Amino acid sequence: MTAPDALLKIEGLSKSFGGVAAMRDVSLAFPARSLSAVIGPNGAGKTTFFNLISGRFKADAGRVLLDGTDIAGASRQEIVRRGIGRAFQVASLFPTLTVAQALAASGHARQRSETRKLSQFPSPSATDAAREVMAQLNLTRVADVLSRNLSHGDQKLLDIGLALMLQPRVLLLDEPTAGMGPEERWQMIETVQLLWRERDLTLIFIEHDMDIVFKVAQTVRVLSYGAVLAEGTPDEIRRNPAVIEAYLGKSAQGAVA
Amino acid sequence: MTGRWRDLGWAGLGLAVLLLVAVVGARPAIRDFIMFAMAYGLLAMSLNLLIGYTGLVSFGHAMFFASGAYAFGLAMQSGHFSVPAAFVFAIALTAVLALIVGAICVRLNEIYFAFLTLAFQMLLYNLILGWVSFTGGDQGLMGGIPRPKFLGIDLTDRLQLYVFCSIAFVVCMVVMRQIVTSPFGYTLRLIRDNQDRAAFLGVDVVRVKLVCFVISACIAAVGGILLALFVSGAYPNFAFWTTSGESIFMIMLGGSRVFLGPLVGTIILRVLNDVTVVYTSHTELVLGIVILIFVLGLRKGVLDLIADRIETREQQKAFSQRDAADAGKAS
Repeated sequence: MTAPDALLKIEGLSKSFGGVAAMRDVSLAFPARSLSAVIGPNGAGKTTFFNLISGRFKADAGRVLLDGTDIAGASRQEIVRRGIGRAFQVASLFPTLTVAQALAASGHARQRSETRKLSQFPSPSATDAAREVMAQLNLTRVADVLSRNLSHGDQKLLDIGLALMLQPRVLLLDEPTAGMGPEERWQMIETVQLLWRERDLTLIFIEHDMDIVFKVAQTVRVLSYGAVLAEGTPDEIRRNPAVIEAYLGKSAQGAVA
Repeated sequence: MTGRWRDLGWAGLGLAVLLLVAVVGARPAIRDFIMFAMAYGLLAMSLNLLIGYTGLVSFGHAMFFASGAYAFGLAMQSGHFSVPAAFVFAIALTAVLALIVGAICVRLNEIYFAFLTLAFQMLLYNLILGWVSFTGGDQGLMGGIPRPKFLGIDLTDRLQLYVFCSIAFVVCMVVMRQIVTSPFGYTLRLIRDNQDRAAFLGVDVVRVKLVCFVISACIAAVGGILLALFVSGAYPNFAFWTTSGESIFMIMLGGSRVFLGPLVGTIILRVLNDVTVVYTSHTELVLGIVILIFVLGLRKGVLDLIADRIETREQQKAFSQRDAADAGKAS
């Protein structure tokens, strides 16, 4: 599983909060341009895992290697600059900006050139990038809608769009389908697949819907109590007795087999 | 590009109107009113870079207004500076002060930020009051501010002073407009709306806040310099908390979401002040009632009310565009 050409490699990652171990010695590798799902029961540490990679929390121990460089302990800005973008379980937006403005502003955010910072907003390059993202996410139709006035589904899409504006190599999606109806879910997951293919992303997503996970993901990592319980292809995970017992519950054995 | 030229056009028009007032020989009272409005307008406008655009509510902004006025006045009184040199010196000194105060304050959020800025302001106020030999204490900078000629400009002449202040004012307005319509200005809005998310987009939140804090302080300093030139002195109440409070009132009256809101608020407050003074000695009472009406009745500044109307209409248009697109797809 730990291919040598893994773009993102996690080694011995641990984190505790006031004595409670939220992440215990997690080691995982994500090959470049892979599409992986992270699953696990509530409180398994999935979001903590993302928070550690994206720099919200500093790990107590372990390394996060992006293309061979350890980014554990780096600032959020540094991690973004190196190419990791993330979206949130509850869409984290800028309520008073329109979709087009928020995307363009996101494109400008990590810009370091001081002179360009005082040019007219938005710059032609930011406008073009925002247009491309809106087209891919079907947000062109709401380009002028304020973020706070968007429907739930469009908010989730914009949240992903903001991360895409950073031109990330690794994209972390925390439950992209959270709070959506069945039809909307599949639409969202189709969009995610499209992004992954068209943008050469190494994409990792957290998901609760097993149908989606087994159908979409190339590989699945199962977390339980902050540790890796299993990893493998959807078929392997589906048959793994430990996973079935710990995560899906014994009664579900028949349902997923 | 076009937006920039349009803004410059408006600035040119504004300057032309200001100069016209001088040329047509309006009564000195009107000119004086405009001078006051320009000085306090810069204070309120610069404070709104923090409050309206970045979401940093500072209660101590007048400290930079005062530092500009005192640094300029003291530099001129020393006799070693020409007017332009003292101008630059006062701004630079304020920038250093803002850098120190800001570096300590901008890491804090909301109420802690507000109170720490207030504390620094009171520190400066008490320093001015206490250091009598240097600042003149509660008497203010005494003996007037000498204004030697430079480049053929004589600021002891009221008309020339008025023109000088108008130009300085318009330049500051253009600088602020440039900032809020730039990518940097939108980074400020990202921080105001959701600073946690902004950090995940690669924004160095503390650094950007600090840069904004220093720029805003420098413009407040220009306001202070204009007032010092106008009244030919500097007084401790420039640094008193009521001056900061007044500039917050101006923002509340005029609106914080529209660029010119604080300036409109300044004009409203100055007019109210000047009118009520004629009829009653209870000016504060009248001002208090007006502010209560705005806060409790309208709940927003004048220009914000208009901006909200426009926004609602534009959002409705955007909704119908979306619905049309969605309907087209479904059929």
